[in-house]
Amino acid sequence: MKPWQASFGAIGAVALMLISAGAWSAEVKIGAVLSVTGPASFLGDPEKRTLEIYVADINAKGGVNGDKLKLIVYDDGGDANNARTFATRLIEEDDVFAMVGGTTTGSTLAMIPAFEDAHIPFISLAGAIQIIDPVRKWVFKTPHTDRMACEKIFADLKRRNLTTVAMISGTDGFGKSMRDQCVAVAPKAGITIAHEESYGPRDSDMTPQLTNIKSTPGVQAVVNPGFGQGPAIVTRNYRQLGIALPLYQSHGVASKEFIELAGPAAEGVRLPAAALLVADKLDASDPQKPIVMNYARTYREKTSQAVSTFGGHAYDGLMILVQAMQRAGSADRAKVRDEIEKTKGYIGTGGIVNMTPADHMGLDLTAFRMLEIRNGDWALVSDGGS
Amino acid sequence: MAQFLQFALSGVTVGAIYGLVALGFTLIYNASEVVNFAQGEFVMLGGMTTVFLTLVGVPLAVAAPAAVIITVAAGLALHRFAIETARGATPVILIIITIGASIFLRGLAQVVFDKRFHSLPPLFGSDPIHLADASILPQSLVVLAGAGVVVILLGTFTGRTLFGKALIATASNRLAALLVGIDTRRIVGFSFAVSAAIGAVAGILITPITLTSYDVGTLLALKGFAAAMLGGIGSAVGAVVGGLLVGLMEAFAAGYVSSAYKDAVAFLVILAVLFARPQGLFGAAKPERV
Repeated sequence: MKPWQASFGAIGAVALMLISAGAWSAEVKIGAVLSVTGPASFLGDPEKRTLEIYVADINAKGGVNGDKLKLIVYDDGGDANNARTFATRLIEEDDVFAMVGGTTTGSTLAMIPAFEDAHIPFISLAGAIQIIDPVRKWVFKTPHTDRMACEKIFADLKRRNLTTVAMISGTDGFGKSMRDQCVAVAPKAGITIAHEESYGPRDSDMTPQLTNIKSTPGVQAVVNPGFGQGPAIVTRNYRQLGIALPLYQSHGVASKEFIELAGPAAEGVRLPAAALLVADKLDASDPQKPIVMNYARTYREKTSQAVSTFGGHAYDGLMILVQAMQRAGSADRAKVRDEIEKTKGYIGTGGIVNMTPADHMGLDLTAFRMLEIRNGDWALVSDGGS
Repeated sequence: MAQFLQFALSGVTVGAIYGLVALGFTLIYNASEVVNFAQGEFVMLGGMTTVFLTLVGVPLAVAAPAAVIITVAAGLALHRFAIETARGATPVILIIITIGASIFLRGLAQVVFDKRFHSLPPLFGSDPIHLADASILPQSLVVLAGAGVVVILLGTFTGRTLFGKALIATASNRLAALLVGIDTRRIVGFSFAVSAAIGAVAGILITPITLTSYDVGTLLALKGFAAAMLGGIGSAVGAVVGGLLVGLMEAFAAGYVSSAYKDAVAFLVILAVLFARPQGLFGAAKPERV
C-alpha cells in the first residue's frame, strides 16, 4: 500500500488506542452479584435498586476521585452455584475494581474464595458470622451477624424471664448458621433450648413441626431463624395452631413483605432489626436518625416501595467503599482495602461502624434494635422492655 | 394422641393440594398418554394471574374466572403450538416437550409478573377450626371440597356424555377412534383446556395456604405426579386418594421422623410405586399382547 496510507493507518491505530484507554480509565467498575429473583428476592431486589439509585446519584455529583462508577449487576436467583459462576465472570471478564453483593450467606461463602484469590475487595450483604470469622483479608460485611441476632433475642428473653425456648430453623445457609450460633451462645446467655425442629426453605406447611414444639413441656418462647417465605408460613401456622407463646423472628424477615405475607398472624412477633425500619420513631437525638430518614425518603420516592433493611445494608456497603476510595485517593485495590479496614465512626443505616483488622464488620449490639410488630407496622421496644 | 390428630389434619391439608394438582394430570393422560409436566405451571398461572388482577383493582370474583380463562388459553396454546406440531411423535417425546413448555412458562411468568411471593385472602377467613386439640384451616376444607367436585364432574363427563366417551375411546386406541370418526385432535385439545382449568382452579384455591410465586409449579408438579402415580395415573379417584396418602405420609414423616427429610417422601413414593405396582392403587393393569 502507498506510504501515506500506512502512516495514516498507524496514527489512526495509536489514536484509537489512546482514546479507548482514556475512556476505560475514567470508569471504576463495581460488581454486584445479588439474589434479585428466587427465595431471597425480597432481600436482593431492594439491594439492586439501592445500588442503582446511589451509583447514579454519585455519578451525577461527579463520581469518585473524578472517576465515574459503573455498576454491573448479576442475578444469582438465590443459587450459590450461579453466584460462583457470576463471581468468576466479574473477575475475569468484567475486571471489576470491587464487589458489593452476595445477598445470601450461601452465595457469599461460595464467592469468597474467588475474590480472595483475585485480591478484590468484597463487601458482603449477608448475615452469617462465618463470613468475617475467621477474618479474611479482602472480605468485609455490613449486616449484623446471626450471632448478634441470637444475643439480642436471648437478652430480651432473659429480661422477660423466659429462659426455656424451642427453635424451628430453616435449612438454608442463614437459618442453619443462625441456629448453630444460637446453640453456641445459649448457655452464656442463660437460655435452655428444650426442642429443635427444622423445615425446608420451600415448604408450604410447618404444622407438624410446630405441633411437636407445642407438645413439648416447659417451652416458654419460640425462636425462628430463617428468611424468605418460610418464616411467614411458620408465623401463620403458629397462629393457626393457637400457640400463645412469644415468637421471635430473625432480622432475615426485616421487611414489610413479611408483615404482608404473614398477615394478622404477625401481631406481637418480635425481632432484632436495624434502626432503619423505625426511622420516624427514633429519638431526635439519635445519631442515626438523619441518615436513615434520608435513605428511607429517597428510596420511597424513587421506587414507590416501603424501605427495607436489606437495601440499607447495600447502601452502607456502597458508602463504606466509596468513602474508602476517597480516603485512598486512587483506584488501587490494596490501598482501598486498607482504607475500608480503617473505617471509623461511619454512621449508616445498620448502625455506627468501627472496623479493625480483627473485625471486618464493625457493629456492636447497640446497632440492633428490638422491634415488635403492632397493627401491621414496626414498633420500637424500649430498653425497659415494652 | 392430639399430636397424631394434628399431623393427620396437616397431612390432609397438604394432601388435598397434591390431589387437586394430580387431577390435572389424569385428563391429558387419559386422552393422549402424555404426562403433561407443565401442569404445575397451570397451577402457578391460576394463582399468579388472580393475584395480579386483584392488585390492578379487579375484584376477586371477576379476577378468579378471568385467570381460569387465561390459563385455559395457555393450555390450548400449548396444545396447538407444541403438541400438535409434533403430531405423530411418541409419548416420550411429547412429555419432554411439555417439560420444555414448563420452563418457558416459568420464564415468561418472571417477566410478566414479578419474582416475589404473593398471597390471596382465604374464602372463609383465617380462623382455624378446632377439632379436639388440633386445628385445620377452613381453606383446607375448601381445597378438599374442590377436589371432590372436580372428581364428580370428571366422572360424569367421561361416563355420561358422548364427548367424554370419545375421550376414553381416543385413550384406549387412537387409530380405532380415528376410524370410527372421532376427531382425536379436538379431543386432545379439549383435554388440555380442561386440565388447564383444573390447574388454574387448584392454584386459586391453594394460594391462601401455600402462597404463590413464579416457580411454585416445579415442586407442586413433581409431588402431584407422585400422587397421581400412587393413585394410578388416569384415575381421577386415584389422583385424590394418592394425593391424600402422599400428604399424610409427608406430615407423619415430618412429625415423627425428621422434618429435614420431608421432601424425600414424595420421591420415595414414586420409586416404590414403580418397583412394586406401576399401575398404582386404582389403575387397571394394562394387558400386553405377547
